[in-house]
Amino acid sequence: MRYVCSICGYVYDPADGDPDSGVAAGTSFDDIPADWACPVCGASKDNFEPEG
Amino acid sequence: MLPVEIKKDIFWVGSVDWNLRDFHGYSLARRGTTYNAYLVKDEKIALFDLVPANHVDELLRCLKATIDPEQIDYLIVNHVEPDHSGALPKIMDIVKPEKVFCSPIAKQALISHYHREDWPYEVVATGDNISLGKRTVTFLETKMLHWPDSMFSFLPEDKLLISSDAFGQNLASSERFDDQVDQSLLFDLAASYYANIILPFSPLVQKLLAKVGEVGWDIDMIAPDHGLIWRTHIPEILAKYGEWSTQKPQRKAVVFYDTMWKSTERMARAIADGIIAEGVSVQLFSLKTAHHSDVMPFIMEAQAVVAGSPTHNNGMLPLLADMLTYMKGLKPQGKIGAAFGSYGWSGEAAKQISEFLQSAKVEIVAEPLRVKNVPTDQDLAACQEFGSKIGREVIARVPE
Repeated sequence: MRYVCSICGYVYDPADGDPDSGVAAGTSFDDIPADWACPVCGASKDNFEPEG
Repeated sequence: MLPVEIKKDIFWVGSVDWNLRDFHGYSLARRGTTYNAYLVKDEKIALFDLVPANHVDELLRCLKATIDPEQIDYLIVNHVEPDHSGALPKIMDIVKPEKVFCSPIAKQALISHYHREDWPYEVVATGDNISLGKRTVTFLETKMLHWPDSMFSFLPEDKLLISSDAFGQNLASSERFDDQVDQSLLFDLAASYYANIILPFSPLVQKLLAKVGEVGWDIDMIAPDHGLIWRTHIPEILAKYGEWSTQKPQRKAVVFYDTMWKSTERMARAIADGIIAEGVSVQLFSLKTAHHSDVMPFIMEAQAVVAGSPTHNNGMLPLLADMLTYMKGLKPQGKIGAAFGSYGWSGEAAKQISEFLQSAKVEIVAEPLRVKNVPTDQDLAACQEFGSKIGREVIARVPE
């Protein structure tokens, strides 16, 4: 499941992960550490919503 | 200033801030700025964007020179930042508009800024159109350019793009158009504006430029909320935004430092000599005289960032911390760098700077270079070699 940042529209895709922030490809959104932040706008994880 | 008709029945109605130097508390605006608002007289009369609260009288004076403000039907808020919406409470009281158009996030932001849930908000999203009579306004949300609420308004019949904070420059002038001022000044100011405001959102600029290409807007005028209106050099400013957002580095290096007893300064100069000797252009900044926002445009274009401080109280000097923190927040991409500094006994600063550069995703290409107390000729030769190494790394990464 992809998740969208409600602030800036960035889409987190588990297939890609966020390697620049230490989140490996294949990591589900739920498994991302709680202190992870949107790589585009810096918003916290609770600003993300499931896509669709 | 008095209104300026920029297209038939479309007027610039903003305010020139000749005295501003401190822009939003983080950047210097050495040439002042303007707050641009645009009035469209059609069957519906619409006012796009506003000015800060302390410029509202000037906006009203400008409006009254062309219209009775109470005749305005629509306000369009492309961006909630207070330099463009601060006048809203007073304008709302006077104008009593039928509708206030804004993006979904802007509505929330307006309420949390002005605490007025009762204003007649009309939320619009990308692709929505409104009619002013003979004219249409098409909206494009430009989230994070540079706030989440940001939006463009496009008037296809007039080929006019009102671009909010994108494509702006901080320049107070009596002229209103790009072709009326010195071009190198204009593009320097546009670069500084990009480096200090837009740079962290460069990936979104790339997407936006692609999107504007996709929707096929025929644009012959770009009217930003700060500075001059682009009517002649549109291809050039679009090309510059393409270039700046790609962040393709040039054969350039920036050396910035602070110093106590001039040892770190002497190191900086010798390092710069070494870089220059390899054929790389260098800009050298003492942070005692250069403000962080004046350094940033040079960092934006450079391949290498070299930073130095003596050790003071087991750390770097405060101006270095300021510069590095500011730079990191602007997220420059694809840089290489190194750190240096003199020291008396413990000598932590250079290593600390190097670690900070790494945390800002700068690739470190040389171990931190330190000199105890005062550099000898031999030390300065080592500094020069350190610079040469950085210069060679730049050359290797930036082909001719």
